[in-house]
Amino acid sequence: MLRFVAVRLVQSLVALAIISVVVFVLARATGDPLHLILPMSASKEDFDNARRYLGLDRPYVEQYLSFVSRAVTGDFGTSLRARRPVGELIRERLPNSLKLAAFAMGVSLAMAFPLGIMAAVRKGTGIDRAAQIVSVLGQSLPTFWVAIILVEFVAGRWQWLPAGGISGFSSYILPGFTLGWFVVAGLMRLLRSGMLEVLDSEYVKLARVKGVSERRVIWMHALRNALIPVVTFAGIYFAILVTTAIVVETVFAWPGLGRLAYEGISSRDFPVIQAVVLTTAAIVAVVNLCVDCLYAIIDPRIRYAR
Amino acid sequence: MPAEPAALPLPEIDGAAVAAPRGWRLPLFPIGAIAIFLIVAIVAPFLGLPDPHEQSLRSRFKPPVWEEGGTWAHALGTDRLGRDLLSRIVWGSRISLAAGVLTVLLASAFGAAVGLTAGYYGGRVDAVLMRITDATMSFPVILLALILAVTAGPSFTNVVVAIAVILWARYARVIRGQVLTLMQLDFVAQARIAGAGAWRIITRHLLPNTLGTLLVLVTLQIGYVIIVEASLSFLGAGIPPPTPAWGSMIAEGRDFVTSAWWVSLFPGMAILIVVLAFNLLGDWLRDTFDPKLRQL
Repeated sequence: MLRFVAVRLVQSLVALAIISVVVFVLARATGDPLHLILPMSASKEDFDNARRYLGLDRPYVEQYLSFVSRAVTGDFGTSLRARRPVGELIRERLPNSLKLAAFAMGVSLAMAFPLGIMAAVRKGTGIDRAAQIVSVLGQSLPTFWVAIILVEFVAGRWQWLPAGGISGFSSYILPGFTLGWFVVAGLMRLLRSGMLEVLDSEYVKLARVKGVSERRVIWMHALRNALIPVVTFAGIYFAILVTTAIVVETVFAWPGLGRLAYEGISSRDFPVIQAVVLTTAAIVAVVNLCVDCLYAIIDPRIRYAR
Repeated sequence: MPAEPAALPLPEIDGAAVAAPRGWRLPLFPIGAIAIFLIVAIVAPFLGLPDPHEQSLRSRFKPPVWEEGGTWAHALGTDRLGRDLLSRIVWGSRISLAAGVLTVLLASAFGAAVGLTAGYYGGRVDAVLMRITDATMSFPVILLALILAVTAGPSFTNVVVAIAVILWARYARVIRGQVLTLMQLDFVAQARIAGAGAWRIITRHLLPNTLGTLLVLVTLQIGYVIIVEASLSFLGAGIPPPTPAWGSMIAEGRDFVTSAWWVSLFPGMAILIVVLAFNLLGDWLRDTFDPKLRQL
C-alpha cells in the first residue's frame, strides 16, 4: 500500500511539473510582459532596466527554476492589476471557491443518490425515466443560462435569495444548485447501473432467499457495492466541477478563484493566471491522488495491478 | 463419468435476466433533433431568412410572433440591434455544431493515437504518455481557452484548438485501458506470430476493437463541447461578435431578461435541445452497444 501511494505521489508531482512548464511557456510565448507593465511612453532604456530588474534578461531555464522555487513557497509575484502579492489574492479567494465546490458537491450528491437508487429499484417504470430525465437535463442546460434565469426570477422578481456575491448561507443556494445540477448526471448514471448490477447478483438473491428485508437489501447490500465505481468517477467529476465553477462564479459574482482568473485574463494579469492555473491543477491532482488511494483501500486488487 | 441427467430443467429461470434483448427502439427524439439542426445548419443560406447581421434600429426588441406586437417577419423577435433572432439562431447552429464536431474529431483522433501507442508499447512509453495525459486532465479547459483568447485573440480556430488540446486526454485514458485488455487476448499474439508489425497490429487489430467506445465517447462529448464553446462565447472569449453564436447571444440578452426575455431565452433553448439530443443519443449508443462503459 505504501509503495502504491509513493508511486502515485511521484506521478502527481510529475504531472504538476509538466503543467508548470506549460504555464511558464504560455506566459512567455504570448508577448513581452513588459508591454503590459510599462507605460506606452517608456523608452528603450526603461525597457532594459525593467527587464534586468525583473530578471527577464536571464536564460529561460534560470527564470523557470526561480519561478518554480518561489511558486512552491506560495510566492507567485505581484498582480499587475491589483498591485498586491498574488499569493495573498489566492489565499483570499481559494476558501470561497472550495466552499462553493463543497456545497455544489453536496447538492449533486443529494440529488444523485435518491435519483440513482430510485431509478434502479424501480427500473423501467415512470420513476426511472423521470429520474434519468432530471439528471440528463442538468447536464444539457448551459450553466450560465440557468444562472441568468435563476438570478432573474428567484433573486430578482421574487427576491427570495441573493443574486450574487457571498453573504451567508442563502447566497450559496443559487450558485451551488446551478453548479451541482450540472454534474448530477454522471453520478446518477453510475449509481443506477451499479445498483442494477448488484441487485442482479447471486449474493443479493441469496440474501433475499434468506429473508433479508428488501430495504436492507437495497441499503446494506446493493448500495455499498454500487459505490465502488462511483469512487473512481470522482476524479473526472471533480475536474468538470472545477472547470464549470469558473463560469458559475463569473455569473454570480462569486469572489472565488474562477472569477479571479476571469478578471486576471480580461486585464492580462499573467502572474494571477499562472497562479490560478497552478493552484487548480494542484487541487485536482491532490483530489485524484486521494481518490486513487481510497479506491486502493476499497478494492485491494488495484494495488497489484500492473 | 456420471452422465448429465436429461430430466434436469434447463436454467430457464434466469432467462429473463440473461437474455432479454431490449429490442432496437431507435431514439427518435435525439436522431430527429440532430438531423433537423444539421440540415438547417447546412442549408441556412438558402432558407430565405433575413440577414443575421442586418441591424434595424426601428425594429429593436420586437417580440416573438405570438406576443402582442410580434410579426411573421421576425418569428422569434429581434434583439437589441433589431437583428432577427430566428436567423441568428439558425446561423449560430453552424458555429455550435461545427465547433462541437470539429473539436471532438480532433481530440478523438489524437487521443486515440496516444492511447493506442501507450497501450501497445507499454513500459516507459506508456509511463511518459500517461503522465502527460494526467497533466492535461488537471488543466481546466475554460482557463486554457480564456488564456488563448486573450493572448491570440478570440476566434473560432482558437476555441476549437483550446478545447481539443485538453479533451484528447479522456480518449487517451479510455482507449489505453481498452488496449491493455485487448493485448492480453490471443488474437494479438497470433497476429504477432504471423509476422504483423506494430503498425499493422495497431491499425488492423487494436483500433477496430476500440471504435465502438470511440463512437460512444465522441457522441457524449459533442454535447459537452457545445456547452463549453457557448460558455466561452458567453464570457467573451469564444466566437467574437458580430458573428452569431448562441453563447454570445445569451450574453447580449442578459441585461434585458425582464423586458425582452426572448433575446436570451431562445438561444438557450437551442443549446438545450441540441445538447440534450447528443447526450441522449450517446446514452442510447452506450447502453445498446457497450453497457460496460458506464464511466464515459
